[in-house]
Amino acid sequence: MSEVTKVGIVVDGRSIEVVEGASLVDVLRLAGIDVPTLCWTRDVDPPLGTCRVCAVRVDGREVAACTLAVRAGMQVECAAPDLAELQQGVVELLFAEGNHFCPACEKSGDCELQTMGYRMGMTHSRFPYRFESYSLDYRGQRLMLERNRCIHCKRCTDLFTDDEGHRVFCFLGKGSQTQVVMDLEREAKLSEHKCDEAVALCPVGAILRKGRGFDRPIGTRASDTPERMDR
Amino acid sequence: MTQKKVIATTSLAGCFGCHMSLLDIDLRLLDLVEVVAFDRSPLTDIKTFTRRADIGLIEGGVCNDENVHVLRLFREHCDILVSMGACAIMGGLPALRNEIPLSECLEEAYLRVPTSAGGSRIIPHHPDLPKILDRVYPCHEIVKIDYFLPGCPPSAELIWRAVTGLLFGGADPIPRELIRYD
Repeated sequence: MSEVTKVGIVVDGRSIEVVEGASLVDVLRLAGIDVPTLCWTRDVDPPLGTCRVCAVRVDGREVAACTLAVRAGMQVECAAPDLAELQQGVVELLFAEGNHFCPACEKSGDCELQTMGYRMGMTHSRFPYRFESYSLDYRGQRLMLERNRCIHCKRCTDLFTDDEGHRVFCFLGKGSQTQVVMDLEREAKLSEHKCDEAVALCPVGAILRKGRGFDRPIGTRASDTPERMDR
Repeated sequence: MTQKKVIATTSLAGCFGCHMSLLDIDLRLLDLVEVVAFDRSPLTDIKTFTRRADIGLIEGGVCNDENVHVLRLFREHCDILVSMGACAIMGGLPALRNEIPLSECLEEAYLRVPTSAGGSRIIPHHPDLPKILDRVYPCHEIVKIDYFLPGCPPSAELIWRAVTGLLFGGADPIPRELIRYD
């Protein structure tokens, strides 16, 4: 078992002792500080670091907390109002970039992006909605890709594998042309359980089960409950 | 008796669902009409402003030149302007056409549609008809909007809290726990 070294860091003026090399997101949450995250999932190393919602200030620079390992003497700021503004700005940009028509989305009520907007008190995006055209992929046996909603978090491409350990999703193209695609042969062999896992892993409504949707009445979905502000 | 506050409402490219949700405040409507008067609104059928409004509630996005005209009139005549519902805020379901060229939308609606009158080859273009815009715009991209009530529709509770809070004061007129996007 490797040896654990404790180091001291300062978070919003408070000194705390933490495990050296641990993820800053983990450390902050253990310290009771609510850092918003979207692409981040526990125990993924290296972290995806794609959404940037977990922006905090470290030694005077804004960084994504999930991509940072703690080291001795770090000066971390989380509570500054401009950081909350920055984090909400990132979420608003995601809403403006894709075509997020929540009233018509199968994932509405169980969508992590939507819940993040609720938690931040976001009423609209201050950025112009782009209304770009994105293609859909219905060719899968049981899964479909609704790319209007994809936030390119890379959860499906990097974290999802089939029962044999093979990846099923990948990115195609670059920059604003980047789109998620799936291996149709492997998709066809996915078990029911694995299909559901892929849908649940997607933080938005981009990966969906074909022929299924809107099957949970309003009032019973994750974000309908009073605890929806919690992770 | 103090003078009643004035509310104006309109539905641009909307479905009137937000207005229905406003009516869903049920018996509180009776309390509301004690202290406010509705001016220009589909609820009163008053077509033009007869006085300045304290608050204007806009349902629907902006899909044609008449919507632009009405929205600008509301901005001119209302102290506080509120985008009410998903369509006013981001175009909503009518904005599903935004990624399709306008000519294609019109051809589909008037020329290729199975119910077009036998052999009809006309896209309506009478000067009295509003001109359809290239896409559906959120209201705040056309005029300054002061507050936003998300939802499809926003709940009656949110509309009640916002309208009474903005008109008569009170903490947090748009409480976070009432925000929904669907």
